[in-house]
Amino acid sequence: MDEREIRDLVDDVEAGRLTRRAFTQMMVALGLTAPMAAQMLAGAGVARAQTKPTFNPTKRGGGGQLRVLWWQSPTLLNPHFATGTKDQDGSRVFYEPLAAFDPDGNVVPVLAERVPSGENGDLAKDGTSVVWRLKKGVQWHDGKPFTADDVVFNWEYSADPATATVTIGSYKELQRVEKVDSHTVKVVFKKPNPFWYDAFCGNRGQLIPKHLFEAYKGGKSREAPNNVKPVGTGPYRFVDFKPGDIVRAEINPSYHVPNRPFFDQFEMKGGGDAVSAARAVLQTGEYDYAWNIQVEDEILKRLEQSGRGRVEIWPSGNPEHVQCNQTDPWKEVDGERSSVKVPHPILTEAAVRKALNVLVDRAAVQEQIYGRQGQTSANFLNAPPRYQSKNTTWEFNIDKANQILDQAGWKRGPDGIRAKDGKKLKFVFQTSINAPRQKTQAIVKQACAKAGIDLELKSVVASVFFSSDPANPDTYRHFYTDLQMYTTTMGAPDPQLFMEQFTSWRIASKENKWSGNNVTRFRNEEYDTLWRGAENEVDAAKRAAMFIRMNDIVIQNVVVIPVLWRNGVGAAAKALRGMDLSGWDSTLWHLAYWYKA
Amino acid sequence: MPRYLLRRLFISVPVLFGISLVLFTILALAPGDPFEELATNPNVPAEVAQQLRQKFGLDDPVLVRYWRWVVSMLKGDWGYSFMSRVDVDTLILQRLPTSLWIIGMSQILGILIALPVGIYSAVRPYSVFDQIATTFAFIGFSLPTFFTGLIFILVFSIYFDWLPFIYRSDIAATGWRWAWEYLRQSIMPVAVLGLFQAASLTRFTRSAVLDVVQLDYVNTARAKGLSERVTIAKHVVRNALIPVVTLVALQIPNIFTGAVITEQIFRVPGIGSLLISAILSNDTPVVMAITFVYSGLVVIFNLVADLLYGWLDPRISYAGAR
Repeated sequence: MDEREIRDLVDDVEAGRLTRRAFTQMMVALGLTAPMAAQMLAGAGVARAQTKPTFNPTKRGGGGQLRVLWWQSPTLLNPHFATGTKDQDGSRVFYEPLAAFDPDGNVVPVLAERVPSGENGDLAKDGTSVVWRLKKGVQWHDGKPFTADDVVFNWEYSADPATATVTIGSYKELQRVEKVDSHTVKVVFKKPNPFWYDAFCGNRGQLIPKHLFEAYKGGKSREAPNNVKPVGTGPYRFVDFKPGDIVRAEINPSYHVPNRPFFDQFEMKGGGDAVSAARAVLQTGEYDYAWNIQVEDEILKRLEQSGRGRVEIWPSGNPEHVQCNQTDPWKEVDGERSSVKVPHPILTEAAVRKALNVLVDRAAVQEQIYGRQGQTSANFLNAPPRYQSKNTTWEFNIDKANQILDQAGWKRGPDGIRAKDGKKLKFVFQTSINAPRQKTQAIVKQACAKAGIDLELKSVVASVFFSSDPANPDTYRHFYTDLQMYTTTMGAPDPQLFMEQFTSWRIASKENKWSGNNVTRFRNEEYDTLWRGAENEVDAAKRAAMFIRMNDIVIQNVVVIPVLWRNGVGAAAKALRGMDLSGWDSTLWHLAYWYKA
Repeated sequence: MPRYLLRRLFISVPVLFGISLVLFTILALAPGDPFEELATNPNVPAEVAQQLRQKFGLDDPVLVRYWRWVVSMLKGDWGYSFMSRVDVDTLILQRLPTSLWIIGMSQILGILIALPVGIYSAVRPYSVFDQIATTFAFIGFSLPTFFTGLIFILVFSIYFDWLPFIYRSDIAATGWRWAWEYLRQSIMPVAVLGLFQAASLTRFTRSAVLDVVQLDYVNTARAKGLSERVTIAKHVVRNALIPVVTLVALQIPNIFTGAVITEQIFRVPGIGSLLISAILSNDTPVVMAITFVYSGLVVIFNLVADLLYGWLDPRISYAGAR
């Protein structure tokens, strides 16, 4: 057995094709000791045994209680009304989609028999329709069978504007959803749709039963008693729910996956704050899992030392980034500032933006503030991997910034601040109130001062900054400052909607009550054309290239300066395994497979 | 007496109206939006948020919204939560028992500590016991509850690992084990609130008893040969406690609001933590209902205190009775 063969075996273990035990036995047979074999695996990055499910239970249940902590607690349990991650997660305990998204953004069947593709003929070659074959023998918790009628109903329910669902965006653009037979559904799109796995998949694809919600479609949607008493197909069925406090569930004895789930009861407790949630898992072990513990890494490391739990990290698609306002935030035209009618007097100059781009010390921000919770990145669009641009680089270089500004004719004044044509190089830089963000602001300000740029820092309470109130000038969408920083969430493994935020028709303005999500007010014809093209491009490779080009346009023009590519962070009890946490789907997407070793 | 009661109740109606108007206006003027999470999510079309705003009537003028609120309130409809799409009264009723349990227990604990300590301190003023009690009382009401709460968690949950610091309304056990678990998780929140109450109440009891203990009739009681025990219990304490009782009544609304922080720290699912999460998510109908309940409590317990005072102290008569 030579080195290459051993490496292949290590890869097999990593991919879950070979168990750790089998690998170790093989190595022992070769005359190596077991610890040495473990060392080899650790060296290859497969130290943690939980990376792939090696656990194959022979019976359902027997795992006792699973207790998880969500510091923002679910307030309702109807996935079509889920206003945030917390509600989507709470619903996900009971409801399931046709398919889910794994950590790499792949489509994984849940209530579907298989994933539609060109090869198996379920996905039309021209991308205008997709056929979903439903798993047979699936039952709702009340014993009724799950059929094609339920799937069709979910489309009707959500696409009806009177129901006022938050999932409407995924369903209203479908031409029709038709029942082929009791377990086959055909979804027809208006135009070729490369993102055919939006409707009925992931968080927005959780399916509710027709027989319980049929009477509550449209204006009466609020009155449905099952909005707070879910009846789904999931691994656990409903016991009790107190909005904003607790969700309790028990094992579903007729779950459609054999020998799953592992736990007998499930409890999701809400409320409190992220630090004490992390503490309850990592330090006192009162709970098994804590959601979204965006706490400074220093604190997490200290809590981890108690040895009762570990911090789980997984990549998402969310960039923390600085935006450069393309319009003048200080001049009011027709009752609005930052109007597209007035370009920014200074930031429209490429040299200034280029200088700013090399003044953000991304490495320092990553190392000193976010630690394991983020990675430095040159791109706005970072994931899934096939959409990541390799054409971009980033650097931190104060000398270079000085050089660029000198060349562009920005002369230092007696106060050390550069000026040109009577305009001073002064910007207001805003973000929401959040300790890591204020620290990042300070790091950027310091570097800018060395390059003769004066930054005035502003911080706005998060509830105001992120609000959609058209009357409040301090929201991020009004963007009444020169620069601002926050994280945009990428909710799906497809970049179409995510990248819409730089298209000209999405510009936030008074006219649309600042509901547009093109906050930078960037306009670029090539970008618009690319985005429109990608919308109906069925060739996956061509489409990926289009998104990479879009990212490059935004980066090369320094419309935004990516600061950090953020990771998902959770805390798990030492023995908890099988979560397979994904940045593209609910934390609980794999709940049926969670177990304790 | 009944006429006095009627008159007082009659007066409280405009008071409550005034309070509700002020509350409503402040809430309407406050920044924030219940649908902000929708607004930041690129996957939700902006029209959805607009539609919801319309559906909930958020774009109407403040006075129109206030009028709508008053009318439905008079009909007994408390409105419903934007966030959970559940009626507000259901939400509040769900949480009220927990709040009452924690607040009731802490009030009992506070009284059980404050009365004996306060009386003993007053009977032997400036003794070592009094000095120590005074010191602790001052520490007690100088420390805010969120601070003592964190200290308790650090010491009893993390260092000793004796008590859980997350309060659960559903305990998966029955019989004695359930009772024990329930008690165990209540210890810390009750102690934090109760000790805070006890601190100020001790000082108050002490000064009230001190006032009475120096009066001539107490000396007379002693002179006629009554034992110290009887003198204190029968003649001093009974008279001294009149103001203490009214204070306890007046403080009850304060404890409700004070419990907000404690509930948040220990994740007690009471109405206080409901208030906090409603404020954070700009769920105006819930915030409005709870603050209104709180102001109702203030009005009611003021009345109760006045009535108690007259009942305990026969020298006081109500103007309305004449």
